[in-house]
Amino acid sequence: MSRQIDDYVRRTTVGLMSRREFFGRTTALGLSTAMAGTLLATSVKAMGPNKGGVIKAGIQGGESTNSLDPALSASSVPSHNLTAFGDLLVEVSPEGEIVNRLAESVESSADARTWHFRIRKGVEFHNGKTLTPDDVLKTMERHSADDSQSGALGVMRGIESMSADGDIFSVTLSTPNADLVYLMADYHLVIQPGGGFDDPASGIGCGPYVLEFDEPGVRHGFTKFANYWDDGRGHADQIEVVVLNDNTARAAALQSGQVHYINRVDPKVAELLGRAPNINIESISGRGHYVFIMHNDTAPFDNNDLRLALKYAIDREEMVDKILRGYGSVGNDTPINAAYPLYSDDLGQRAYDPEKAKFHYEKSGHDGSPIVLKVSEAAFPGAVDASQLFQQSAERAGIPLQVERVPSDGYWSEVWNKEPFCASYWSGRPVQDQMFSTAYKSDADWNDTRFFRDDFDALLAQAKAELDLAKRKELYRQMSVILRDEGGVIVPMFNDFIDAVSTSLGGWVGDPGGGSMFDGALVKAWLL
Amino acid sequence: MIRLAAQRIALGCLLLVAASVLIFAGTQILPGDVAQSILGRSATPESLASLREELGLNKPAVQRYLDWLLAFLGGDLGTALSNGKDIGESVAGRLGNTLFLAGWAAALSVPLAIFLGLLSVRYQDRTPDRMISGLSLASISLPEFFIGYLLIYFLAVKLQWFPSVATLNADMPLGEKLRTIALPVMVLTMVVLAHMMRMTRAAILNVMQSAYIETAELKGLTPFNVIRKHAFPNAIAPIVNVVMINLAYLVVGVVVVEVIFVYPGMGQYMVDHVSKRDVPVVQACGTIFAAVYIGLNLVADLVSIISNPRLRHPK
Repeated sequence: MSRQIDDYVRRTTVGLMSRREFFGRTTALGLSTAMAGTLLATSVKAMGPNKGGVIKAGIQGGESTNSLDPALSASSVPSHNLTAFGDLLVEVSPEGEIVNRLAESVESSADARTWHFRIRKGVEFHNGKTLTPDDVLKTMERHSADDSQSGALGVMRGIESMSADGDIFSVTLSTPNADLVYLMADYHLVIQPGGGFDDPASGIGCGPYVLEFDEPGVRHGFTKFANYWDDGRGHADQIEVVVLNDNTARAAALQSGQVHYINRVDPKVAELLGRAPNINIESISGRGHYVFIMHNDTAPFDNNDLRLALKYAIDREEMVDKILRGYGSVGNDTPINAAYPLYSDDLGQRAYDPEKAKFHYEKSGHDGSPIVLKVSEAAFPGAVDASQLFQQSAERAGIPLQVERVPSDGYWSEVWNKEPFCASYWSGRPVQDQMFSTAYKSDADWNDTRFFRDDFDALLAQAKAELDLAKRKELYRQMSVILRDEGGVIVPMFNDFIDAVSTSLGGWVGDPGGGSMFDGALVKAWLL
Repeated sequence: MIRLAAQRIALGCLLLVAASVLIFAGTQILPGDVAQSILGRSATPESLASLREELGLNKPAVQRYLDWLLAFLGGDLGTALSNGKDIGESVAGRLGNTLFLAGWAAALSVPLAIFLGLLSVRYQDRTPDRMISGLSLASISLPEFFIGYLLIYFLAVKLQWFPSVATLNADMPLGEKLRTIALPVMVLTMVVLAHMMRMTRAAILNVMQSAYIETAELKGLTPFNVIRKHAFPNAIAPIVNVVMINLAYLVVGVVVVEVIFVYPGMGQYMVDHVSKRDVPVVQACGTIFAAVYIGLNLVADLVSIISNPRLRHPK
């Protein structure tokens, strides 16, 4: 048997067998998943990465309007570019632990108000400058300025002061935050020389690859940076991000061998694509989820019974089955799932229950006029179909739901966060605190359910400062319960990230943070 | 004759200005502005306000249009609001690619269409005519994305003769470039062929009814020479017209083909910027497209005037 397992490990390591298949087969032989995982990781490490060659990725989520400015990155192609030319202070590993990158070590004061990052020495930018704590300070200042356009502005709130002294970059917070180090792992916070104030879109960082050509909406190419500090990254000589927004074009490019992996595989074709002999499907469950959001302060959604009625009237299993084709898991009307640290698994799963839905609907005293749900494909892939399933399951509970399809163009500016009931998505955050602070705190920028609850905010502040993990877990549990039973968010499903990867690529490790190894596969994987 | 041409050209310029006003008005009517579209889902009131200030969106619309028009006439297309790149530079590359693709598609499809049209007339209502008509009508009836996917499946994935991704770049040798654009050229050829071929056939058949064709036949010319020497010159005006319409289509209307083959042309570039409400880029692209359309139609008009003595010497 052990020989058989060895063979599986070898074949999986070199990419002849998918990880999914590997786990299936080893479990069949009586091995626990954890043990199989360890075996595989050791083997991958022992084989060591191959150096050299050109790796190409076919990526959806790029436009000719893209910029290399890290602050403006909001989709997969720009974030692939960031991992190629840039480096962060710290990262979150696939297991949810903090990995030191440009910070050599991280320390906090006992009350979690002051944080010190010791900056790695001898790190060089592509323009020949040496990294200093001052570059880090300037970068953070650019992202946290009041008029900053950075996507990380939200996570930088609550910083009282920052300073650079010797090798140390320090952050002082206005209120304690035990999770600050996770916030510093935000992918926008790529360290730039001089903070990127002079030329934010120069594409100069201290990452493993130097920008060679930048053709937004077409392709971005990089060559290996000779003086890169970390031998564990950047195995290929050259890497290229090819923008392939059309689903079929992406699949064809992978099948014909023009790219080594593609992202955002349509769940409908994942099974078919995976049958090709030289392609593996890599899917990973993450923190991203699809939602239907109701404004808690707008009639008729200001009535908790009506909100509960709608929550019971949605068939989650059916959605995972038909919309995600099994590549996902059911949601529980809280944005938190098992992919988060400090997740409580004893909440009890809410299921489709027409009787309860009917009960709450009648109790709400709604006048029977149709409840309008606005939706477009921009909300999430399959949003229109999902809304129609929702409408049918609600109808069986006697709730008149009316699905109104609106154009994708302008959806985020005209419908989302404006209409009282619409479809949307969240890509999740590395820690619970950040997810709650971003979308459910009363004064959050993106409080898209208009959820104003003082007790919820108080729990959030309390958990932020609580360093005892068990107590914090309990506080988070209470917050999830409040959201589940009284919030305005319906979370029917958490979607998996699905990539299709050529068998010629090794070192693939799924990351719950996002697809394509959290958009870092080009710098972490290697050619076999 | 020269007066006529000058009149046409002046009219064309006027049309162009009118088109640019329409485009500008259109981008103003669309919901959401560039600041909202750039920041999208991650917009906060503060970042919106600061971006609007930076992009000069607080000025009145008429002033923004006039500013743009003056700069455009001076040859300055400005910079894109969304990523700060120089529009002139980006457009030059994209337009070059579009013209490259359109040029090769035209070089293949126009002679082929006219030749097949002549062949159809020669064998009117016999097997070759029916085959040509049937095949070209079938190819025009299929949507272009479907033809594209079919070609990708068979020629790129199965046989691996041509790449499915037509990402062109400047430092490729010509042979490599042609191989790269082979599939999109095939699709475009199939899409525009039928229209031109049918028009050629119809126009020549129309002329073939005339008495002088009968005379030519009676004096013993071969059927193909009758068509080539007597029928074709008289049918040239409608044929040039339809050829020009198709050329214009090859330049301005191939967004779908660009998306499928990931071809870095003007169409995709413009669509991306429309969805980001990047007005200067949309203005520049729209005006260039309008210029191409108006220009090609102008050429068609002039050719029909030149080829027709009655129009050349108006009473």
